[in-house]
Amino acid sequence: MCMRTNSAVAVLALCISTPGHCASGDELAEIRRQMEELREAYESQIKALEERLERAEALAEENRSELAREDSKASSRPAGGRGALTVNDFNPAISFVLQGSVNSYSKDPEDYALPGFQLGGEAGLAAEGFTLDETELTASANVDHLFYAETTIGLHDDEEDTEVEVEEAFVDPLALPAGLGGRFGRFYSDVGYLNRFHTHAWDFHDAPLAYRAFLGKQYRDDGMRLTWTAPTDLYLMFGGETLAGRQFPAGSSESVKGDVQTLFAKLGGDVGSSHAWQAGVSALFADVNDREGGGHGHGDDDAGSAFSGDSNLFIADFIWKWAPNGNPRQRNFKFQSEFFYRDEDGDVVFAEDADQALLDYDGEQTGWYAQAVYQFMPRWRLGVRYDWLNPDNDLSIRDLGGFSDPDEVLEESGFGDQGNPERWSAMVDWSPSEFSRLRGQYNRDESTPGKTDNQWSLQYIMSLGAHGAHEF
Amino acid sequence: MSYAVLGRLLAGALLLAASLSTHAALRVFACEPEWAALVEELAADRVEVFAASSAHQDVHHIQARPSLIARVRRADLVVCNGAGLESGWLPLLLRRSGNPRVQPGKRGYFEAADYADMLEIPQRLDRAEGDVHAQGNPHIHLSPDNIERVAAALAARLNELDKDPAADYDARLKDFRHRWQTARSRWKQRSEPLRDMPVVVHHNSWVYLNQWLGLRQLATLEPKPGIPPTSRHLSALLKQLEITPAKAVIRAPYQDQRASEWLHKQTGVTIIELPYTIGGNARATDLFGLFDSTIDQLLEVQQ
Repeated sequence: MCMRTNSAVAVLALCISTPGHCASGDELAEIRRQMEELREAYESQIKALEERLERAEALAEENRSELAREDSKASSRPAGGRGALTVNDFNPAISFVLQGSVNSYSKDPEDYALPGFQLGGEAGLAAEGFTLDETELTASANVDHLFYAETTIGLHDDEEDTEVEVEEAFVDPLALPAGLGGRFGRFYSDVGYLNRFHTHAWDFHDAPLAYRAFLGKQYRDDGMRLTWTAPTDLYLMFGGETLAGRQFPAGSSESVKGDVQTLFAKLGGDVGSSHAWQAGVSALFADVNDREGGGHGHGDDDAGSAFSGDSNLFIADFIWKWAPNGNPRQRNFKFQSEFFYRDEDGDVVFAEDADQALLDYDGEQTGWYAQAVYQFMPRWRLGVRYDWLNPDNDLSIRDLGGFSDPDEVLEESGFGDQGNPERWSAMVDWSPSEFSRLRGQYNRDESTPGKTDNQWSLQYIMSLGAHGAHEF
Repeated sequence: MSYAVLGRLLAGALLLAASLSTHAALRVFACEPEWAALVEELAADRVEVFAASSAHQDVHHIQARPSLIARVRRADLVVCNGAGLESGWLPLLLRRSGNPRVQPGKRGYFEAADYADMLEIPQRLDRAEGDVHAQGNPHIHLSPDNIERVAAALAARLNELDKDPAADYDARLKDFRHRWQTARSRWKQRSEPLRDMPVVVHHNSWVYLNQWLGLRQLATLEPKPGIPPTSRHLSALLKQLEITPAKAVIRAPYQDQRASEWLHKQTGVTIIELPYTIGGNARATDLFGLFDSTIDQLLEVQQ
């Protein structure tokens, strides 16, 4: 049709430009016919164009109304959501954790000891009666595009005074590639399982005996860490730390490379939708200088032992969690167990008043605990725990110094073993919300074999401020 | 000797894990099944999507499990709900993953709530009010409008990350919007009888659905958001329902059944277990099925 129209236009144009040649009747009829055709063709084309215009107008209208709708929606978005920024918006996430308890012991907590193990760090018992266990202030934020930092300041009472302690103050690089992770500053070591958790995240009021014996309740120090997570669906992480070695199980240190080195590997995954697990192995190698056995429980301040030598600790841990369909809200179960083996070799200096004795010490110590916690209904959990330790120490006197009785020196040094310390614990706790928890606990404690201490405690944990993390 | 064996086993496991992984253009880690489904609508065969949670889990209460850390470690894009819904576990996963591409602020990190119309932004932030979220009620996906908005933003993000011309996320978005709008007009027509239907809900996770369908929410079984139902609150609720009865009590598959069962026994009110998200029932296999099933289940009680 287009071609024909064009030819008709050509004929018409020809006629107009050369009128003298268009006279015959046949020709006139032909021209009329062609003009008629032309008119029809144009009419149909104009009609098509008109239809297109109509459609386009309708579409534009639709778009306009849609835009208007979007606009009205945007303005209906309540202003509070992304309102004006103030200088406070850059404040770090801040949280307080208040912990306190009331404790009762059937033996004097001042006399608490684990025969065969030096008690370091904060390995003693909580004070009898009402006490503030610990008040923690945590602040964390991304420092800039490269670093995240977090610090926890702990306040706790020591005799009459309130001690302020930098529990953790560390920096994590944010931009390390290829599954690498790092941390430097002061932090809880990633050896074992429970060690890296703050006490308010523990399932029992107190530390497992093995943590008291081998890590001085919890090991943290100043240093740095490097980890690598494998690019696998099975969680597989390897890491190592080098740490100053100023905290138990090390002693005092001034070496640049640090006196404690750790290595650890963790793996974990899910089994179906209801089970999850994690297993780990760790090693902690400490070059120990003058490690003094203090602990809060040592009553006799005049006598004390200091160990110098090598201390190598190995830990295997296993955690298994169950929740129906992976939803822990109503019911869940957690099993946790860690096994410890430590090899120590070196000298012990035992001092009382002005007298000093020198002892040879070679310890091969093992210990483990296992615990199970069951949430049987929302808010309520029950837990049991068993602890067992086995010190196998070879101790002999090299130089008796000013002392006269070698047997007394061996016993008072605290390194002499007297069998297997053990303990049974049971707890029940109630958590009205994610932010509060009340707990009751009973321990049948035989830290000193043959002497049973019945320990009761009621404890509260209150979290204020930023939402805590749901660690596995 | 035993170390060598262990080493070989380890190397074997690594190789096996590496060879099992498929060769998708992008690996996407979605915190919730609804966002995993949306990614699938927009990217289908181009990406490998992993949903970190299911319809049977309370997303507030996921733990940073080792398996999830391993998934984030390899992700190119993390698609989560945001508005504080995952604040207990996502930051931890991101920090542990050692994956700089998916950290907040990077192109590999996407929060749906950034593009949604938020409801119930609290005037007062106080934990005495329960588990409130400063940015508003985070359960945004039960509004078809929000789904559409998030879809547009998500397609734009996928375009940024996967520049292969074969991907053509714009065309997929156009196709999805077309199907979605067709479905929306169907839902609008069908859901007309639901307007003003009085309901009680377990947790305050249905406000976007309420607004869309015009359901009238009389009360929640939880005394405060995130606080499990107490007997005192339930007996007060019973009195309230004597005066203004509800047509149905709505719960999600992951929510404790006892409180709604109790209310059903006391008042005879019908229990509706809506799918809430993908996988919540047999029909909710994708976003379309989720909304179809939700409306049909409500209609069944209303008629």
